[in-house]
Amino acid sequence: MAPDTIKTPLGPAGPETCSGAGGCPGKSLIAENLTRLCFWARELKASFLAALWLCLLTLPMVVFKINPNDGSIVYRWILLLYVSAGGFILSALWRLMLARRDRVRYKRAEAELGAAESGSGRGPERTWVDVAVNSRYRKPAVGLVLLVVASVPFWGAPYTVNILITALIYITLGLGLNIVVGVSGLLNLGYVAFYAIGAYTYALLNYYFGLGFWLCLPLSALSATVLGLLLGFPVLRLRGDYLAIVTLGFGEIVRLVLTNMAVTRGPRGIGNISPPGFFGLDLNGSVKPVLMEWWPYLDPRLDLNKAFLFFIILGLVTLTIVAVFRLENSRLGRAWLALREDEIACQAMGIDRTRAKLTAFALGATWAGMAGAVFASQVTFINPTSFTFMQSVMILSIVVLGGMGSIPGVIIGAVVLIVLPEYLRVFAEYRMLLFGAAMVLMMVFRPGGLIQSARQIYVYEPARTGPAADRGGEALKGEGR
Amino acid sequence: MTATHSSFIIEARGVTMVFGGLVALDSVDFKVEEDSITALIGPNGAGKTTFFNCLTGIYTPTRGEVMFQAPAKPGGRDRARSLKGLSPDKITSLGVARTFQNIRLFNNLTVLENVLIGCHCRMKAGVFGALFRDKKTRAEERDMADFSYRLLDSYGLGAVVNDLAKNLPYGAQRRLEIVRALATRPALLLLDEPAAGLNIGETRELEDLIRLVRAREKLSILLIEHDMTLVMSVSEKLYVMEYGRVIAEGSPGEIKTNPEVIKAYLGEE
Repeated sequence: MAPDTIKTPLGPAGPETCSGAGGCPGKSLIAENLTRLCFWARELKASFLAALWLCLLTLPMVVFKINPNDGSIVYRWILLLYVSAGGFILSALWRLMLARRDRVRYKRAEAELGAAESGSGRGPERTWVDVAVNSRYRKPAVGLVLLVVASVPFWGAPYTVNILITALIYITLGLGLNIVVGVSGLLNLGYVAFYAIGAYTYALLNYYFGLGFWLCLPLSALSATVLGLLLGFPVLRLRGDYLAIVTLGFGEIVRLVLTNMAVTRGPRGIGNISPPGFFGLDLNGSVKPVLMEWWPYLDPRLDLNKAFLFFIILGLVTLTIVAVFRLENSRLGRAWLALREDEIACQAMGIDRTRAKLTAFALGATWAGMAGAVFASQVTFINPTSFTFMQSVMILSIVVLGGMGSIPGVIIGAVVLIVLPEYLRVFAEYRMLLFGAAMVLMMVFRPGGLIQSARQIYVYEPARTGPAADRGGEALKGEGR
Repeated sequence: MTATHSSFIIEARGVTMVFGGLVALDSVDFKVEEDSITALIGPNGAGKTTFFNCLTGIYTPTRGEVMFQAPAKPGGRDRARSLKGLSPDKITSLGVARTFQNIRLFNNLTVLENVLIGCHCRMKAGVFGALFRDKKTRAEERDMADFSYRLLDSYGLGAVVNDLAKNLPYGAQRRLEIVRALATRPALLLLDEPAAGLNIGETRELEDLIRLVRAREKLSILLIEHDMTLVMSVSEKLYVMEYGRVIAEGSPGEIKTNPEVIKAYLGEE
């Protein structure tokens, strides 16, 4: 980004524009303040005009009210005042945020340019999110969060545990889709199909053959992987919009097949899916009383099968995170990234495009399959309405909102989109409105997602023979850019 | 090694490429000698890039044959094989690397990652290696990172390994693209207008770079170029194309005085 392409912001510049040690001459200080004042005067004028315009638009709706009994008109001018005040404040706030954003971008570009000119590796200014995710506190912080989350079943309400299971399922799904969309750049709108296949694999095997969760979990993963490969073959030549449409169709086909087949019992679905077994013990019958004696803070209403499932999915998420991180920073992951960045150059580097795409599809589907099996045993009843297009959109939103290609981003995205709405039921009516507004704000202010993916930094150690690709070291994770 | 007739590294025999009714290449015969710098010049639209794409597998020639022969190891035998119909990635892994006229770097990845991707076809780790990160995979990763860093460092990009490719200056991006191609360990390097968009000073640097690459990596280079000063000073053999045909071939001195070439470039009197 060359700084000259950026509109120079004249925002509420702090002392940094006048940072010379000797101080600025008084005259230019006045001139500078004047420019700043002019800028704000202009902004406020624009906000005022926007408010006026809003008043004109809403005038007939807000002010005039016809009394149907006698046909008289009631004028409610005071409401107009509220509308204009609200419009003015919102508009001014919006302009303030935009000016701030431009200022930050400008400073970033300047810092980057400075770093490039001086040849030093000093990166651009980092936001607090980047610092929190990429600093040396990352490992202890992750451990602490994991510990707190893992302790929830011991003191939390059954409701909380259930929501957390759902959130963790969506984290798994998000991480899986992230491989396809975020890392490989293949837009997949039918991801829910793999989730459905995983869930139905477990449900059907359990219903017809009485197979248990532990046997079915790998089978669910396998069937989703195979389906991912099957979908991968016909769409190899497609990219972007075309790929999105085909995968969208695929998702719908799977749902319709499930609805119309006799073996899946159609819309009636499959019920009474057994919870995962725990060494053949009856968790609620024999284990619970013992546990209650040891740990009296346990919520007596808690279904221990659910609690066990919670630990399973927590373990699965941890495993997924490790696996996805390792995949991303491997030969295969770099091939995916190359595929996303430039398909022709990717081939010219000797990367087999077909294979890279197929593995991305198949590995992405694997996680969905496992998440599906967990979902089936969580809700114990599934039917095709659980796997609609809206689910695909939801998972995609998690990936996009969180930050394409970023693992912490996906986790935060899932928490924001799954957990928050559960606890903000007060605003349930405005849920979709808030959702849309949040998306628009995101696209304007943080187009790369809440947490932008950071590149791996390689540190050269002169003592050794080369740059140490010693993964997991805190210095190696890249700075957010 | 039978060094009589088989010293070519790539040879095109009667390569013809037809798009619909348009004959882009008309039975082109072409040869790059082992350990040489060969240039392909010609006016715009002469079919140079199409020819490049035929060599690298992006297009499959309508007629004709492309033979590639990796240089023999001491004591080994030269084995020529056809590249026709192979996919671009296969051709790269056989030892033909290329750069692009309009730079095609992986912009949002770091400089080192760009080169690591170039190492892809010289690495082996698969899905299981990536997931379980066994000893072999770790050693391979370390070796490749080491190799990439040294390669970058030896071409003057050691200080920027962790910068995003898109943040490099234009000249450095050109340089990185060449280094990335070298990471595939090619026997033949194809440069598609490497001097496009460079100023005089940068072109001079590029000239030195091309010589350096050739001396250090012991490979053959084929370049398409418009910059005549660069072409005449750096290359040993030239081919001139016009309307999909090779109209002249020879040393720079011969080409300068060839009446066909003068006609093609300056028009008839």
